[in-house]
Amino acid sequence: MISLTSYAFVSMMLFSIGVIGVVARRNIFVIYMSIELMLNGVNLFLVTFARYHFNMDAQIITVMVISIAAAEAAIFLSVIILLFRSRKSLDTNIFTTLTQGEKL
Amino acid sequence: MNTSLLVWIVLAPLLGSIASGLLYFYHIKKSKVSDIYFSLIGTITPFISFLITLSLFLRMLDEKIIFKQQLFTWLNVDKLNIEMAFLGDNLSIFMSMFVTFVGWLIHIYAVGYMKGDGGFGKFFAYFNLFLASMLILVLADNPIILFIGWEGVGVCSYLLIKFYYGKKENVLAANKAFIVNRVGDFGFLLGVVTLFFALGEVDLSFSSIEANLSNASDKLLVLSGVLLFIGAMGKSAQIPLYVWLPDAMAGPTPISALIHAATMVTAGIYMVARFHFLYSGIEEIGLFIAYIGAFSALLAAIIATRQTDIKKILAYSTMSQLGYMFIAVGLGFYSTGLFHVFTHAFFKAMLFMGAGGVIMALHHEQNIFKIAQHRASLPIIATTFLIGVIAISGIPPFSGFFSKDAILAAAFQEGQYLIWAIAMFTAFLTAFYMFRMYFIVFVAPNHHEADYVYTSKTITIPLLILAIGAIGAGFLNLPSVFGGNHFVDTWLGQLHSKHIHMDIVTEYVLMALSIIVAATGIMAAHSKYANFDVSKPENETGFIGNKFYIDEIYDSLFVQPTKALSTFIDKIVDEKIIDAFIMNSSIGFVNIGKKVAMIQNANVRFYAAFMLVGMTAVFIYLYITLGL
Repeated sequence: MISLTSYAFVSMMLFSIGVIGVVARRNIFVIYMSIELMLNGVNLFLVTFARYHFNMDAQIITVMVISIAAAEAAIFLSVIILLFRSRKSLDTNIFTTLTQGEKL
Repeated sequence: MNTSLLVWIVLAPLLGSIASGLLYFYHIKKSKVSDIYFSLIGTITPFISFLITLSLFLRMLDEKIIFKQQLFTWLNVDKLNIEMAFLGDNLSIFMSMFVTFVGWLIHIYAVGYMKGDGGFGKFFAYFNLFLASMLILVLADNPIILFIGWEGVGVCSYLLIKFYYGKKENVLAANKAFIVNRVGDFGFLLGVVTLFFALGEVDLSFSSIEANLSNASDKLLVLSGVLLFIGAMGKSAQIPLYVWLPDAMAGPTPISALIHAATMVTAGIYMVARFHFLYSGIEEIGLFIAYIGAFSALLAAIIATRQTDIKKILAYSTMSQLGYMFIAVGLGFYSTGLFHVFTHAFFKAMLFMGAGGVIMALHHEQNIFKIAQHRASLPIIATTFLIGVIAISGIPPFSGFFSKDAILAAAFQEGQYLIWAIAMFTAFLTAFYMFRMYFIVFVAPNHHEADYVYTSKTITIPLLILAIGAIGAGFLNLPSVFGGNHFVDTWLGQLHSKHIHMDIVTEYVLMALSIIVAATGIMAAHSKYANFDVSKPENETGFIGNKFYIDEIYDSLFVQPTKALSTFIDKIVDEKIIDAFIMNSSIGFVNIGKKVAMIQNANVRFYAAFMLVGMTAVFIYLYITLGL
């Protein structure tokens, strides 16, 4: 029997890796994947505790999160394509037009 | 009793002023309006006032009544209740009698004097307003309404002194008059406020002030007496606030006549007489007033002996005569003081109008020696001028003798021998400097004949009417030794003035003395100036010629420090302290804003990290506080 702590540890690890990926990486794709990783870390957490308490509510939420993430992925990917078309790059450091003082 | 006429004394010139003002606007904006309309409005409205005053006066002669007209409540705050009310008692009707009469004559004179001037209509609008303000002052039923007139007179004098505002001196003179008067006005206002609180916040009409006077503490009454007198010092040009009066000569001559004879400068005397119930209770202040009057009279007379400007000599003589009036009212001889105001109005208006005639005839030349060099033949003006000069010098039976001699006798009777001696010496100086002016302007031999003479009927006729007044006004208050019935003293019985009671021998001796003194002055002037070589004029040099350097002393004592203080506040306090504080704090906010804005660098990863830090902080907080 794998303990609850282990599940929690794995999901927290997944979430933390996701956070580090978002902060540290510059490629938009990698950032996107890191976000998905964070989502899945949370999903794992929810599912773990749902099983632990024999309560289906959290599992329902998890399914909803996965389905919404799928829809979001479609938008996210199309946005990334548009960004790439406008700047020919996927480096986040280039997309700073909303900062003060910089001209378009 | 139908008293609704009373307010029309004030309203007539006020409406006249508004009418001329509007017409003048039309004149400059649309099409030209003939001077005749302005002169009609300007001369008829004072005449209406005079007629109404006369009718009220005649009614008061028959039946002993006091006119009082309440128009509306002007201000009502808590216990302070100010009625817009006019009071026509013996004092105010007496005063407005000659104010309107002399004022009216000066208006007629101004028609001739200002003929052809571009600002003819404006002049009459101001002129009527001046008279209306003075009448508000005279007929006011409480000190606040009096103060409206008091300020109105100040404003009108300002407007009229700088009537020719193109010249810098005129503007400076007007500013000086206005600012010096403000010092006095401030004193007056404080005096009224002190009185209001001293009396226990009662209704402020003169009758209720008089009735409640016993409630007040002596100290506060003395304080308000002094403060009110500071106001009188400013308006009536006494030491130390007299400096504006000679400079006020910058205005056209009819204004000088109006200021000196009928309006403005007599306001201070009138105000003291109005508050007679206050001043007769505080005799030490009365004595102070009398001393101020005596020294002002002396100072002005000394300065006048060296002046060369005909109008300035007259201005100083006015100040000197006002000093006499203050001696009288200060010692409690209110009716005597007002009698001198009354006679003075006639001969001073006449002297100014005569001087104006001379000045006009010689292309606005005011230096008496230059006037003498180009003397024109002006018989009527010369004669009336002589009458005025004799009257002011105090030679019987001209009016000035009776009023001035009564003041001298009053000072003697009260045992104020120093004041009496000063006044006597001033009488000598008065005769001297007035005849000095007369001899130089009209008598001293000259070598040129003038080629230009302008006079007009409107100038000479008022002069002749005033000449009758200057000769005859004295008989209204003939001393009992000459079988007189003291008409003015009786008429002004409400003032409870002191009267002159001395044995006949003393009175005759005093009269003889004052006649001798005046005659000596005339002789001295005659021997020095009757054959004076006018081609070698005297200059305003020396200590006296420079007016004791009073203007310079005031300049370095008050004006320069004030300027320095203003500069200090402007350049140091305002720029270096207040501005610096405000500007630096705003610049600081801008800089902080710039620093904060640097966080918004549009770097997604940075935002994410920031969010992470924030969320971590929130979780740590929750962990600590909730103990999870």
